[in-house]
Amino acid sequence: MSKTVTLTIDGKQVTVPEGTLIVDAAKKIGVDIPVFCYHPKMQPVGMCRMCLVEVGRPVVDRATGQVVKNEDGTPQIRFAPNLMTACTTPVSEGMVVLTESEKAHDGHRAIIEFLLTSHPLDCPICDKGGECPLQELTMRHGPPQGRFPYEDKIHFEKHFPLGELIYLDRERCILCGRCIRYQAEIVGEPVIGFYQRGRATEIVTYSDPGFDSYFSGNTTDICPVGALTTADFRFGARAWELKAEASICAQCPVGCNIVFNTRREAKSGGRVVIKRVMPRQNEEVNELWICDKGRFVHHYTHSAERLSRPLMRKGETLQPVSWEDALRTAAEKFEAAGKEVLVLASGRLSNEDLFNLKALADGLGGRAVLYGDMGGGDLTTLVGVGQGTNLATLGAGDAILVIASDLQEEAPIWWLRVKQAAERGATLIVANPRATKLDTYASFVIRYANGDEVQTVLNLAKKTDKIGQAFAEAENAVVFFGSEGLGLEGSQRLAVACAHLLRETGHVGKPNNGLIGVWQRANDQGAWELGFEPVADLQAAFEQAGAVYIVGADPFGDGRLTLDGVKERPFLVVQEILPTPTTEVADLVLPAQAYAEREGTYVSGERRVQRFYAALPPYGEARPDFAITAAIGKRLGLDLEDGSAEKVFERLAVTQPAFENLTYARLAEVREQWPIVGRGDLYYGGTAYENRRGLGVQLVPAAQREEPVTLPEVQGEAGPRPEEDEWLGVPVTRLLDRGTTVLLSTLLHRRIGEPFVVVHPMAAERLSLAEGQKARLTVNGASAEVTVRVDETVSAGVVLVPRSMGLPLYEPMKVSLKAL
Amino acid sequence: MPVLEPLIELGRGLWTTFRSMFERPVTYQYPEQKRPVRPRYRGRHVLKRYENGLERCIGCALCAAACPADAIFVEASENTDEERYSPGERYASTYEINYLRCIFCGFCEDACPTEAIVLEDDYELSFTDRRSAIYPKEMLLEPVGPEAEPTPQRTPPGLYTRAVPEMEDPKD
Repeated sequence: MSKTVTLTIDGKQVTVPEGTLIVDAAKKIGVDIPVFCYHPKMQPVGMCRMCLVEVGRPVVDRATGQVVKNEDGTPQIRFAPNLMTACTTPVSEGMVVLTESEKAHDGHRAIIEFLLTSHPLDCPICDKGGECPLQELTMRHGPPQGRFPYEDKIHFEKHFPLGELIYLDRERCILCGRCIRYQAEIVGEPVIGFYQRGRATEIVTYSDPGFDSYFSGNTTDICPVGALTTADFRFGARAWELKAEASICAQCPVGCNIVFNTRREAKSGGRVVIKRVMPRQNEEVNELWICDKGRFVHHYTHSAERLSRPLMRKGETLQPVSWEDALRTAAEKFEAAGKEVLVLASGRLSNEDLFNLKALADGLGGRAVLYGDMGGGDLTTLVGVGQGTNLATLGAGDAILVIASDLQEEAPIWWLRVKQAAERGATLIVANPRATKLDTYASFVIRYANGDEVQTVLNLAKKTDKIGQAFAEAENAVVFFGSEGLGLEGSQRLAVACAHLLRETGHVGKPNNGLIGVWQRANDQGAWELGFEPVADLQAAFEQAGAVYIVGADPFGDGRLTLDGVKERPFLVVQEILPTPTTEVADLVLPAQAYAEREGTYVSGERRVQRFYAALPPYGEARPDFAITAAIGKRLGLDLEDGSAEKVFERLAVTQPAFENLTYARLAEVREQWPIVGRGDLYYGGTAYENRRGLGVQLVPAAQREEPVTLPEVQGEAGPRPEEDEWLGVPVTRLLDRGTTVLLSTLLHRRIGEPFVVVHPMAAERLSLAEGQKARLTVNGASAEVTVRVDETVSAGVVLVPRSMGLPLYEPMKVSLKAL
Repeated sequence: MPVLEPLIELGRGLWTTFRSMFERPVTYQYPEQKRPVRPRYRGRHVLKRYENGLERCIGCALCAAACPADAIFVEASENTDEERYSPGERYASTYEINYLRCIFCGFCEDACPTEAIVLEDDYELSFTDRRSAIYPKEMLLEPVGPEAEPTPQRTPPGLYTRAVPEMEDPKD
């Protein structure tokens, strides 16, 4: 425990750790010192001068070193002659701070008056209006009338796109530098900065495309005025007109806590739609931030293409039918197929949906298969990170290994937190076949050839080199394993190797220790917990089945399944929210509700069970996935719960040991978090929402329950390698891909781009290709047009093929690439 | 005399009736004849335009926020120089007033930063169904003057950058 200091702020005594700033100490006892440039997550700079306070310190007799006392025995306080900035002044023993004195008020008033000299005062049309720190503080501290002539206001450009996602209004900007410091300090991508000096100072972007960062949206939250706004929400609604409902981001396994701001909208035909996505504070998951994918990919929920009625195949076309007919048909076909039923579900579904699907498959004696090409979930349930893990507490003496994952592309908020842990002194080991953005912060970078993933981990486990030793000697160690360049088999073997490494070095069964899978979907971990596993040969499983029930997956669109050459096609039931190539070939299509329309829970990669709530009314006749499955199950005589997601979860908690004692009420519990945000003081932490609907509960891995943990044998042989005169295509994951839900956010199209492949410059030369040139990629007989990108960190014989970009590659495979 | 008292009272009442026969009638032959309204009368809203035809309304929804009856619904969109409805960046793409809800308090007028919404003297509001009580923007908007262009207009870039005009204090 560090030394503490006791001081008095506005007559209230407070004891805080040494080094705390006055502004934070005041916040802890509910005294709001106004700030613009200060943010509790960033270093103070004292630029805006808004936090001026009177500071007095006890008078010390220089001769004796004793505090001089007044006649009544109280220490004599000498106030500084000028006001001091509360955001840069650390507390000291016996300090007296006055935030409400006449002198302090004079200071606040003067600062506001100066800030408003050239502020356009166009609050009526400003997106920040209603939740604007400048507005709030002007009302609270500002002068009733400015003394500067209105005509003398200097006018700047009001519509300046920093990129296609973020707009800058130069007039409104008060040059607090929060956005610039956020990008530089927190994200480490200083793509925006100040330009010019004095009155001409402005914010500019240095990148192409403009404001090229996956975290750019967060700057609009912390901007204390309406200078930065998102193109997505621009003039979308006034802040007070929006309803807020808590949810969990479904775009990656981090499980960021978010809030959906919704409003009924005439433009969308009178429907209630999501107008914007805002971060919700969870200091153990996403702090106050979300990535741009999570912020901008919400348009699919109100797409006009949404499936609204059950459809049944009649001849060549799909015709609308009633729910009754659809459910009866599904039940009949499943009953006829019996043990030959194949349930193929993806990690896009909630635990409740997956639980019912598994119960249906088990009840019929069929198979329940997880859709995806990444393995290792059985190991994260055994040696996953212990309950109480918080990446924000990792620092000096701890180690983090990131292997086969480009963390910024796959899970941006984990990237941010791992980067920050490394900056706090944690040993960061990044092992990847090519350079990634995390390399900059790594203590050690391991570059291995594709296929050598397992060997790399085994070498670490030998502890012969300093990297292996650093990992073994770390107090706490976390391993992030991904599926970069790997298919199902490769990632499974990698997970086994990582699990052994963790166990051999004693890094299992404790908080801040264990294995984290960088999954491709939000609830892949939950699917593994509930007994779903992927299969290696999906096509064979499909062909052997009598009836197939595909839920929340698009295997035909991804090229995982094909009907070509299938002699006897099984009856295909597809449950989806949007039409996909899979629904096109289905015999029966069941419309499901988007997750924003219903309740449920997800399990994040850190095995945190988190609740999401219904923010939107259901679309058309769509029903929640768990209820559809239960309705089919009931017709088959199975006892499935269809009442509510909470009731399904109650059953789940009883039958699944990992979920023991969990209830919806427990998942909704909250604790006081620091910094305090989202209350009446928007100026302190930005517009991120306070967490009032639940922080979630981390599952206890088997190793922490002190159950015997049996790990599978490590299979050490190398994965596929490129041969002479051959090209090995390997899958990599990209944040902004061409997934069905992502593409419906048209704002992102420029960032998503066209399908592309990445090759080494030498490989490009041999294929007579250049950067930006079009080429034809052929995989397994299927071919697609791609744009070539050149990266010298890619191995020479390897072609990187991004997932979900319409290119049918899901494991390392021979490909051919020809110039067009 | 207690017997005469009711008769005196009756006579007094009839005298009032008789006297009014020689006064000017106060009735108007509505609807042929309409009584002029007072200068501050609060009738149906009108969305005003500037002289050049641009709409004053900038879609800020402060009227909707001020409305105690929740009668106003506003949705905003962004102006471009190719398709300009109002000065500045923002205009009301949807503006609806529900006259079944409106209580004609005039708070919307007070809240309006551009003096776009004005309660004028039309009081002939009758509906045959609930839906027709909702007046959309087209019905509320003032007709375009003879010299002016209708909206949307094509405007030269950089000319209309201010959404909120400088305003004088109200005179009456």
